Amino acid sequence: MQGGLVVGVSFAYLGLLFAIAYYGERRAAQGRSLVNNPYIYTLSIAVYCTSWTFYGSVGRAAKTGLDFLPIYLGPTLVFVVWSFVLAKIIRICKIHRITSIADFISTRYGKNFALGSLVTIIAVIGTTPYISLQLKSIATSFNLIVGFKNTDFPTYGNPFGIDTTLVVAIALALFAILFGTRHIESSEHHEGLVAAIAFESLIKLFAFLAVGFFVTFSVFDGFGDLFYQAMAHGLTHLFVVNHDQGYGQWVTMTILSMAAILFLPRQFYITAVENRDEIQLRTAAWLFPLYLLVINIFVLPIAIGGKISFAGLASDADMFVLTVPLHFDQTQLALFAFIGGLSAATSMVIVASIALSTMVCNNLVMPLLLRWEWVNLTERGDLSALLLNIRRASILIILLLGYGYFRIASESYSLVTIGLVSFSAAAQFAPAIIGGIFWKGGSSRGALTGLSLGFLVWLYTLLLPSFAQSGWLPINFISDGLFGIYSLKPYALFGLEGFDSLSHSLFWSMLANIGGYVVVSLWGDLSPIDRIQGSLFVDVSEENLGQKDSQYWQGTATIGSMQELVGRFVGTERAEKGFQAFASDQNIVMNENDIADSKMLAHAESVLSGAIGSATARVIIGSMIKGENVSFNEVFQILDETTQVIEYSRMLEVKSTELEETSLKLQRANKRLKEFDSLKDDFLSTISHELRTPLTSIRAFSEILFDADGTTHEERQHFLGIITKESERLTRLIDQILDLAKMEAGRMNWTMSNVDPASTIKEALATMDGLIKERKIQLIVDLSDTIPEIRADRDQLAQVVINVVSNAIKFCKHPGGIIRVSARSHLNGLLVSISDNGSGVLPEHRDFIFEKFHQSRQGSNEMPVGTGLGLAICRQIITFFGGDIWADNGKEGGARITFNIPFSSA
Amino acid sequence: MAYSVLVAEDEPNIVLSLQFIMKKAGLNVRVAENGAQAVREIEIEKPDVVLLDIMLPKQDGFSVCETIKSNAEWADIKVIMLTAKSRDEDRQRAMDLGADDYITKPFSTRELVDRVLELVNEDRIADA
Repeated sequence: MQGGLVVGVSFAYLGLLFAIAYYGERRAAQGRSLVNNPYIYTLSIAVYCTSWTFYGSVGRAAKTGLDFLPIYLGPTLVFVVWSFVLAKIIRICKIHRITSIADFISTRYGKNFALGSLVTIIAVIGTTPYISLQLKSIATSFNLIVGFKNTDFPTYGNPFGIDTTLVVAIALALFAILFGTRHIESSEHHEGLVAAIAFESLIKLFAFLAVGFFVTFSVFDGFGDLFYQAMAHGLTHLFVVNHDQGYGQWVTMTILSMAAILFLPRQFYITAVENRDEIQLRTAAWLFPLYLLVINIFVLPIAIGGKISFAGLASDADMFVLTVPLHFDQTQLALFAFIGGLSAATSMVIVASIALSTMVCNNLVMPLLLRWEWVNLTERGDLSALLLNIRRASILIILLLGYGYFRIASESYSLVTIGLVSFSAAAQFAPAIIGGIFWKGGSSRGALTGLSLGFLVWLYTLLLPSFAQSGWLPINFISDGLFGIYSLKPYALFGLEGFDSLSHSLFWSMLANIGGYVVVSLWGDLSPIDRIQGSLFVDVSEENLGQKDSQYWQGTATIGSMQELVGRFVGTERAEKGFQAFASDQNIVMNENDIADSKMLAHAESVLSGAIGSATARVIIGSMIKGENVSFNEVFQILDETTQVIEYSRMLEVKSTELEETSLKLQRANKRLKEFDSLKDDFLSTISHELRTPLTSIRAFSEILFDADGTTHEERQHFLGIITKESERLTRLIDQILDLAKMEAGRMNWTMSNVDPASTIKEALATMDGLIKERKIQLIVDLSDTIPEIRADRDQLAQVVINVVSNAIKFCKHPGGIIRVSARSHLNGLLVSISDNGSGVLPEHRDFIFEKFHQSRQGSNEMPVGTGLGLAICRQIITFFGGDIWADNGKEGGARITFNIPFSSA
Repeated sequence: MAYSVLVAEDEPNIVLSLQFIMKKAGLNVRVAENGAQAVREIEIEKPDVVLLDIMLPKQDGFSVCETIKSNAEWADIKVIMLTAKSRDEDRQRAMDLGADDYITKPFSTRELVDRVLELVNEDRIADA
C-alpha cells in the first residue's frame, strides 16, 4: 500500500478528530453541550480500550486463549458492582474541583505537596510504558500496512528510512498539545476532547467489528465453521482457560484491571474529572461493560483466523487484525483496521498526556516554582502563558519518555505485558484512594509511605527487570538478584517463587503499600488538616454538591488584587468573567477596592485550583492575603477546643470563686467564732463581774462584822441585812444566768398550756403587792375581760410580768410613782404594756435594754440592784411564745415595755 | 493630819463598806458615785489615795486614772484600782496608765487597808 496514502488518510483522520473537537467546543460555548449525555460519556470511558485491546488482545488470545479476558472482567466488575466507589470519587472531584489523580490524593491528604509530586512521578513513570506501547503499535502497524508484501510476510522494514516511532511520538505530542492546552483551566471540561475521544471509541469499535465480521463470515463460514476449523487445526486449547499459570494470574489480572479502570491517570481523568453529571454513571454501569463485551466478541475468531491463515509462518499475532485482511487482499478493510488501531492508540496518548501534563504542571512544576523564591512567580505578570507552556513541554517530554522506553524495552515485550506493567503502577494508587475515601484515619504520612514503598517495589520487581530483559541492565540481575543476593531476585523477592512476575510484584508491592499506609497512619496523631480532609472525603454526600469548598480564608486583600492575581494564571478576561459571574451569583456589587470576603477568596481559590491544582492554589492565595487561612472545620475544631478551654477555665473560675466564697465564708465563720469567743469571753467576764459585785459586799461586811469592835448594834443589824440582800441577789443572778443559758441553748423545760392571760397577770402583780405598797406606788391595772387564751408557759409568763414590773418599780418616780399595766386583744393576740412615770428610755437604748447585762445606772440607789438579765430573759420567753417585746416611752414620758403573744386559736 | 481617801464607786453597799473600813483605819473618806464626779472631787481637794472602780458611769476608771496620772499636779496621788474586772489585760492596762495597785473584788478588807497605809507611808518616807 502507498505510504503517502496511509499518511494522508491518517492525517485526514486526525483532522476529522480535530474538527469534531472544535465543533464540540463551539457547541459547549453556545451552551448546547454535545457531550453532556451518558452515551458520549460511556464512549469516552472506552478510552480504556487502547491499541493493546485492538491489537494486543488478539495477540494474547492467539497464544494463551481466553487469558485476555480478565483485563475486561475487572472493569466490568468495577462498573457493575463498584459503581458506588466511582460515584463517590466523582462527587469528591466535583466538590473540590479536582483536576487529576495527583490532585485528588494530594487534596485528600491535607493538600500535601510532596504527595502530589510523588503521585505525579509514579503516574508519569507508570504511564510511560503504556504510551510507548501505543507508539509501538502505531509505528508497527504503519510499517506493516505500508511495507506489507504478501509474498514475503512478515518482513516489514522501514519504508522511509526514518524512525517512524519518533515521528509518531512527535506528531502525537503536537496533536495532544493542540487538543489539550488551548485553555488553561483544566477543571473546566474539555468538551471537544471528550467528543473526539468518544468518536474514536466508535471508530475503533467499528473497525474491530468489521475485521471480526470479515474473518468470521468471509474467511470462515460463520462461528460454527470457525470452531470446526479451529478444532481441525488443534487450536481448541484457546477456548478454555489456560491452566498453566493456574487461576492465580487470572485473579491478579482482574485485580490489576480493576485498579486500572479506576486509577490509571487517563481513566481517572475521563471518568471522574470530565464527568458532567453523576447520573450518567448509571448508564455507563451497563453500557461500558457491554462495549467491552462487544469489542471482545471477535478477539478469538480473529486470533484463530490469523493462526490458520499464517499457519506454519512466523507471524506477529499482535498484528493479526491488520495482517489477516491484508493477507486476503482486503486493503480497504486493512486501512480501516489501521485507522481503528490509530484511533485506539491516539485516544489513549492524547488523554494520558493531557492528564499527565496537568499533573506535572500543577503538582510538580508550579509548587517548585513557587518555592523557589528567585523565580518570583507571584510577582510576574500574566502567568497563563507560562502555565500553558509548562503543560506543552510536559506533553512533549512525556511522549519522548514513551519513545525512550520503546527504544529501551518494548521491543522485547508483547503489548499486553507492557500494558500490565502500567496497570501495576496504577494499582499503587489504590490504597491511598480507597483508604482515603472510606477511612478517616488515613494520614498524609501514611499515604506517602505506602505509595513510596509500593512504587519502589513496583520499580524493582517489574520496571527494572524489563530493562534487564532488554539488555540495558545485566540479565543476571534477574537470575541472581541484586549484587548476586538470591533473596533480592526481582521475580522471586525474599524467596517467593512459583508466582508469575505480575502476581509476585502485585503481592509484594501491595503488601508494602497497604502495610506502610495503614501502619504509619495508625502510628501517631492525625494532623488537623488530614482529619478535616479525611472527613470531607469520607463523609461526602449528595448534599455536599452545593458547597464548593470548605476553605475559609480571612485576610485583607482587595477584590481587585484577587482578580488580578487570578488573572495572571487564567488570563485577565477569564478572571474578570469568573468574578463577575460569582458576583451576580451572590447578588453582590463588586468594588475593586473592597476587601475580598471569605466567600470571594474561596471562589478565587477554586478558580485557581482549576488552573493550577488545589495545593498550589492554597499556597498562592495564602501568600497573597497573608492572613490566617483556616477552613471552617479547622475553625470549628479551634472553636471546639476554645470552647473546651473556656469551659475548663470557667470551671476553674467557678472553682476558684467557690474557693474564694468558701474561704470568705470560713473567714466570716472564723470572725464570728472569734466574735463568739470574744462574746463568750465578754459574757464570762460580765458574769464574773456581776457575781463579784454582791460577793464583794458580802465579804466586806462579813469581815467588818468579824472584827465587830467599834460597831453599833444598829450598824451590825444593817450590815447583816445587806449581806442577806446581796446573797439573795447573788442567788437570783445565778438562777437567771442558768435560765438564760438554758433558753439560749434550747434546753429550757417549758410547760406549755392554754393560759388565761388576765388571771396570770393578776397573780404576778399580787406577788409584788407588798413592795409596791411599801414604796407607795400607784398601780393602775386595766385588764380586758374577754381576752382569749394564749399558748404559753404560765410561770414564765408571770416571770415576764414580774421582771418588767420590777424594772418599773425601780425606775418610776420616787416618791409619787405610777405604774400602769394594761392587757387587751389586738390583732389575734394578747397585747400587754407596762409603763412607769420615770425618766423613760433613750431612743438609742430601746433595743439595747433587752441585751444581757445591760444595766441602767439611772435607777434609785436604794433599790436592790437588778441583775441585768431580767429583760433579756423576758425577750427569750416572749420570743418562745411566738410574740414580740419592745420598749418605748409612754404618754407620761416614762418607759413603756410592750409585748404581744398570739392567741392559741390563731 | 489624817490622810484622805476618795472612794470612786457606784455600788452603794460597797461604798458603805469602804467608808466604814477607811474611817476605822483613821482616814478621811470622800465618795464619788461616778467618774466625772471623782475628777471634780479631786479638783476640789486633792486626796492622798483614790480607790477607783473601773465600771463607773459617765467616765470609767481607766479614764479617771489617766486624767490623774497625766496631770503633773496630781501625779503623786496614789491610785488603787478596786475592781471586779479580773482579766490580766485590764490589770496591765491600769498599770500602764500609772495605777499604783490593782486589787480585784471581792477583796480582803485587812489587805486593802494595809495596802492603802503602805502607800501613804511610802510617800511619807520619801517626803522625809
